[in-house]
Formats: sequence, C-alpha cells, structure tokens
Amino acid sequence: MIRVKVNGVERSFDGDPEMPVLWYLRDFLGLTGTKFGCGVALCGACTVHRNGEAIRSCVVPMRDIAGVEVTTIEGIAEKGLHPVQKAWMEFNVPQCGYCQAGQIMQAIALLKSKPRPTDQDIDGLMSGNICRCGTYQRIRAAIKAASEEAP
Amino acid sequence: MSYIQNVSRRGFLQGMLSGGALVLGAHLSPRVALAVPVVDTPADRAAFHPNVFLGIETDGTVYIMAHRSEMGNGSQTALPRVVADELDADWNRVRVVQAVGDSRYGSQDTDASASIREFFDLMREAGATARLMLFRAAAAQWSIPVSECESGLQVVRHAPTGRQSTYGELAPAASRLPVPRKEDLQFKPRNAWRYIGKDASLYHLKDICIGKAQYGNDVHLEGMLYASIERPPVLGGKVKSYQDQEALRVPGVRQTALIEPFKPPHALQPLGGVALIADNTWAAFQGRKKIKVVWENGPNMSYNSDQFKKELQQAARQPGLVVRNEGDVDAEFAKGGAMFEAEYYVPHLAHATMEPPVAVADVRDAKVEVWVPTQNPQGVQETVAKAVGVPKENVTCHVTLLGDGFGRKSFGDFAVEAAVLSKKLGRPVKVVWSREDDIKFDYYLPVAAVYLKAALDSKGKPTAWLQRSAFPPINSTFNTTARHGEWELKGNWIEAPYDVPNLRIENGAAQAHVRLGWLRSVASNYHTFAVQSFVAELADHAGRDPLEYLLDIWGPPRILNLNISHFPPEPGFPLDIGRLRRVTEIAAEKAGWGRHKLGKGHGLGIAAQRYSFTYVASVVEVEVMSKGEIHIPRIDTAVDSGTAINPGYVKAQFEGAAVFGTSVARSGEITATNGAIDQSNFYDYPVARINEAPYQTNVYVVDSEAPPSGVGEPGVSVIPPALCNAIFAATGKRIRELPLSKHRLM
Repeated sequence: MIRVKVNGVERSFDGDPEMPVLWYLRDFLGLTGTKFGCGVALCGACTVHRNGEAIRSCVVPMRDIAGVEVTTIEGIAEKGLHPVQKAWMEFNVPQCGYCQAGQIMQAIALLKSKPRPTDQDIDGLMSGNICRCGTYQRIRAAIKAASEEAP
Repeated sequence: MSYIQNVSRRGFLQGMLSGGALVLGAHLSPRVALAVPVVDTPADRAAFHPNVFLGIETDGTVYIMAHRSEMGNGSQTALPRVVADELDADWNRVRVVQAVGDSRYGSQDTDASASIREFFDLMREAGATARLMLFRAAAAQWSIPVSECESGLQVVRHAPTGRQSTYGELAPAASRLPVPRKEDLQFKPRNAWRYIGKDASLYHLKDICIGKAQYGNDVHLEGMLYASIERPPVLGGKVKSYQDQEALRVPGVRQTALIEPFKPPHALQPLGGVALIADNTWAAFQGRKKIKVVWENGPNMSYNSDQFKKELQQAARQPGLVVRNEGDVDAEFAKGGAMFEAEYYVPHLAHATMEPPVAVADVRDAKVEVWVPTQNPQGVQETVAKAVGVPKENVTCHVTLLGDGFGRKSFGDFAVEAAVLSKKLGRPVKVVWSREDDIKFDYYLPVAAVYLKAALDSKGKPTAWLQRSAFPPINSTFNTTARHGEWELKGNWIEAPYDVPNLRIENGAAQAHVRLGWLRSVASNYHTFAVQSFVAELADHAGRDPLEYLLDIWGPPRILNLNISHFPPEPGFPLDIGRLRRVTEIAAEKAGWGRHKLGKGHGLGIAAQRYSFTYVASVVEVEVMSKGEIHIPRIDTAVDSGTAINPGYVKAQFEGAAVFGTSVARSGEITATNGAIDQSNFYDYPVARINEAPYQTNVYVVDSEAPPSGVGEPGVSVIPPALCNAIFAATGKRIRELPLSKHRLM
C-alpha cells in the first residue's frame, strides 16, 4: 500500500508499484490536466511537483512517491491563479495548450530555484519541455515577467 | 452562395436553449473541394448544409457554434468574434459551443488554413441577419420604422423616443420572424468594428492555464476499457499468427482482440493489428509489449529510403508530366548560353503532434458515439459508420480540443480503431497511441527530390526556367494507382511568379510505400525550400545581393492573372506581385538588411512566398559556432494576410511557424528500412526545444483591407530556405538537402 498526498488530499494506492505516477493521476484520480506526450521523459508534458520539485510523472514509478506530496496543475490553481499562470495569460502564451500545464509546472519549479533567471537558466531548465506550437519566446517572456512579480 | 434560415423551431441545439430563444442556421455550397474524398460526395454537396448556428437566449447569453476544430489555430476564437461583431454582442456573454460532426455544417475539415478565409463573410452575414431581425422585432413592438433602430452592446435603441430593449428581451419576438434577404442586411463599416482587427485572447486561455481544457485523452466514460494496439510495421502487412499468453498474465490485462487490416485504398481506415485490452493505460502498454505477432509484411517491405532517394532523384532529372508551359524553355536552353542547375532533397516528415492520437468510442444498439481530437469529424463519422456497419446518421462524432493537428488529425484511423473495439467488447473503449505509435504509424509528408535549371542572361537573370519535382503523391492514400501530385502542385509551385519569359513545370512519377498525408504547409516544405534556395544560389552565381536579386526575379508590381487549365484561380485572391514585394521589403528593412552589422559567424538569409493566399517573407539571422552548432538569434517576418481578425494571434501563428520550420530544417527526417519506419520518439525524431528555437521572432502584420487569407501554414516553409541561405552567408556552405543534422557546417 502506497500512501501519498495529491494536491493536499491523502490517498492510498495498492496497484502495481511500477506504474508511472502519470497514469495514477490520469486514470485513477481523473486529474487529467497532466498530459501524456512521450512516455520516456523527453517532452515534459507530464511535469508535476514531488515535494515542490519538478518531476516527469511518465517515468517516476508509484513506489517513488510513497509518503511525499504531489502537486499537479489542478493543485496549483486551487488557491487562485499562481503568478506564473497570470503571466501565461497576460502574454497569451498558449496555442493548442496541450503542453502548457507541463510548461507552467516546470516554470514554477524553475523560479523556486532561480528567482531571477537568466536566459541561460531558462534554456537549461526549460529545454526538457517541448512545445510543438512553438510558443517558446512567450514562455521566456512570461517567466521573466513572473519573476519580476515575485516578492 | 449562401443563405441563412430561422431554425428556432427545428430542434437544433436541443437542451441548450429555451423555447423563446432565437436560433439562426446558415448554409452554403462549399466552394472548395479540398475535402477528404470520403465525405465529399455529390449527396453531401446537395443536402442542406447549415454551417453555423447562432443562438440568443432570453437572458442575453449568445451561443455561437464552432463547427471547425481548435488545435491552436485560433479559429474558435476568431470566427465567433466575427459573428459577435456584426451582431453587436458582448464578447463576455458569448458561449462558444463545439459542434459535432454533421454534414449540415458544410465542410468541417479544419485544414488548408481555410477557416477564416472560407467563413469570414458567412459569419458576418449570420451576425448581421440576427441584428436585423432584432431590429424588426423592436420596430414592430414600438411601431417605428426599422431604419430608425440602432444597436448598442446587446441592445436595440430608438433614439427619437429614447426606447431601448435588450437582445434577450427581443429574442422571443425575433425568433418568430422570417429571415431577411441578404440584400436587406446592413453591414458595419470597418471603422465601427468592435472585435475584428483587435487583439483577443483565446477563448480557452484560462482553462488551458489551470489544466481544465478537455483534449481527446481527457475523456472518461463509465466502464471504459483501455486499448494499446500492435500494428503491422509495414504498410499493408497482416497478422499471420500471434501469441498472447504472456500478455494476459500482466495484472490489469483483460484480453486481446484482432483488428482487421484495411481494404485498399487505406484512406482513413485503421492499419489493423492486435489490440491489448486492459483496465488502465499502463496495463495496456505493459501487456502489449508481451504480445508476440508474426507478420506477413507484403510488397511494401521493399521500401528502403536510401534506394528510394536515388529513384526519386533519377525521376527528377528526367522529363516528367508537364503541368505548366510558357514560351519555349528547350529553345532557350539550346542556345548554349550560361546555365545553372541544382537539385534539392527533403525527406519524409512526421507530424509529432504534442498530443498523440487518441479516441474514445461507445458502440451500443447500433448507435455509435466517438470522442476524438479530429480535424475532420465528418470523415470520422463516415469511416466509423462503414467499419461498424451502421448508417452514418447513427454515428455522433464529438470533437474535443486538439493537442496540435498539423494535418495528422485530418485522418481519423484512431477513432475507427476505438469504434471497432467497442463494438467487439460491448464496452466503451479508449485507444491510446504511444509516441512510438505516433512516429511509426503516421501519414507522413511525402519525401521529395526537386530539380531546377535556368538559362541566364548577362546579368545572371533567368531567361528560361525549368522546375521539376518527384514525390510519392498524397493522393495514394485515396487511390492506389496515383503516381502524380495534385494538391502538391497547387499554390506557389504552379503559380511560379517569376519575371521569366520561358517557364516549364513538370512532375515526375513516384509510388507510395507508406501512408501519406498533409503536413503544415504541405508541399511548400520541399518546393519553397528548393526554389528559394535556388534563387539565392543564382544571386550568388551572378555576384548579386540576394534581396535585390529576389525582387528582380519577381519583377515589377503587377497582378498576375494566371490561367492554368487544371488549376483555376481562387476568386477574390489575385496574385499580387506588389504585395509579395512589399512583405519582402518590410522583412528586409526590419532585419536591417545591408545595414545591420553582423558578428563573426553570423549571416542573414531571406525567403518569401505566397501560400494560402497570404504573402510572407522571413529574414533569418544565424550564428554558426566553431563546432558547427547553429543558433538563431533573430527572425523578422512580414505578413500580408489581408484583413487580420485577431492581429495578435496572427503574430503568434507566425512565431510558432518559425519554430516549426526550424524543426523541419534542423532535424526533420523520417526514413524506412525494409518497409518499417526507423524513428520512434523524440530522441531519434527531435523537434526544436527552447534553446534550439529562434530566440526572437518579430512579426510585422501589414495593415490591409483585402479579404482575409490563411495564417496557420504560410510561415513554416519560408524558414528552412531562409535559414540555409543565412548559413551560406555565414559559412559559404550551401545546403541542398535537409535536414541540417546530416551536415557538418564547420
């Protein structure tokens, strides 16, 4: 039995401990904001937070989240819009929108480790998140704007 | 031709609107025959085809049906805003409702960058019709002439008496009126537009940012099972035998099921194979890995990209089918003056939509419901109906948001898989494609070889021009005997707007061995790469500036009235060389062409075209570093797409197109060995990441009152030639074959 807190709610899971967290979130909890893109941690669409740190939920097995706190895009929005979400809306970042939950989760984690990120920081920490619509320059601008918003 | 009907009493939008609501339906004869053939039958064209519904509730809520698909193209925001503008509706009270697949809407194929171009006028008409009916309802109630009515935001006013009624209040009376004649409609003058021409955020913006937007994989039905399918690695392959004992031992796995192979032509049918059915996606993926299938591969096993490349290049060097001929090219070539020739090659490309194909189907009691991220819901309806054996009226195709389309989701094979399985199992089924499935079982952009030859005058300008391309045609998807292009030859390839007296365009024959389809900017991915590279090569050959040479080859501003037998011009969109020159000049000016002092290893390249009736030019600045890696600090793109409904989003489309074009140029390559695709995921089919994409793309939208034209695709295919021209400027190395990953630049 694996116990885990997802978006503040205590959960328990007694299925396959090798199952990636992504499918637990989507197929078992119905938290579909986290997306499937590649299944091998190459695109970042499935990015969620494990104790605040960005992880690719498509390759992290359930056994690795025992006893931790997992936050998804739905959890981020629970207490009103996060500054990163506000910046995403202000800069009209999304096109199709499919990758953007992962981008936002990655950007929030990035700003935690680099509150005033340089272009190199953004390249380094966002290059694992693919956007096929090609919204990268707005992502970069929104991250910089959100970093200026932060106290 | 179009007309609008009052359908308030006819049960459309059932359950959504109250009895008093005003509901308008409109229909038109589709002007464009680019529909996928299975739905483009004479019956479809003759039947009643409403393409938009507008509903006004008694509380003032305005419902606008979105009959086209939303995949990041922005049409679900732009088209309703056109309706809302002519109606004087309050955008905050508009609810956009996704239409199901239904031939009454006219063409729903969201492709060819055509949503705005084909429906702008009709959307204005729908809004203006509703507004006039509200005026007539008010005039009757107030016993005043209709001509004295005016509208404000969601209200009708009569200034002389100071009376005013809201749209909601007037809706019941308006719903009982006959629809006005088109001649009686009053359209707003451009300077009175509220929304058209003003920047707007996407309708779904907030939902996307909080994770609530619903895509195909987000659909969940009670009692639903999950399927992952092992498909034949070679097109046309069949299951000889298979073993599933090990697969069935995986926890959560229920059973396997055979999916029949398609009957040629494959069109939108599934490839066939063995489906693994499980209680969740992960179990389905795990179980599938353990199925052992013995395949009978069939004749396409002979397909090897290395060999096929040689055949295509050979076909491009030999005389082909003449599709356009002006003057006498051969006589000019025979004069023995200066000549220049070059060959270009672009491999197959995969779409790699961010969201891999996925579909949910529920088949019960001869009724089918499917939920699918599709660009072509009527194609899904038709193909599912055939596969399941029910009339198409029994198939409801719900369109979700699409995590990208790029042309891949014009093909609904994955929806048919879900329907076939749901019928077999008697339960709702979700078919989930892995990324590997997506890359290996795509409808690829054709691979192409292009040959160009010019005879040159003393200034190096062509006096004769021959362009010839060879590629397996997309039509092979619908017709197994197809060997020549059709859609591929349209647009800028056949228009060839060059100031050259002798011109011949040919198409070499080639046979398809994999599924082929449209991909964002389609044939211009190889045609524009070849032509715009060739023009830059000619400029260099002549020792002239590429920009000056490009403008010279197009010649003076003029309207070209091309009359090419098989490719009639699109009414309302004459080929205007003045507009083409203007975007070229703007892009160059903004990029500081000839003025901008470039650093070491930097170079500028330019390319321009008309595509989807939009004029676009891009100047790419590249930096080639010591080990040959490239960095793209800046792109300047100028766009004339006629009237821009949402200029801010037009910019976004061209920013994105620059990234897409960068992916094509840097690393886009699909190859086959013994008929099977070699690539499988983002590690061997890389796409541009944030550190590889252009750092800054500046887009300049030309202010224009011309009819609106396409913006989704035109920006893609100027990027690879502009980038390669920039690399030439920086290094002297000429790239004639994509992708760049195959070349050492330093």
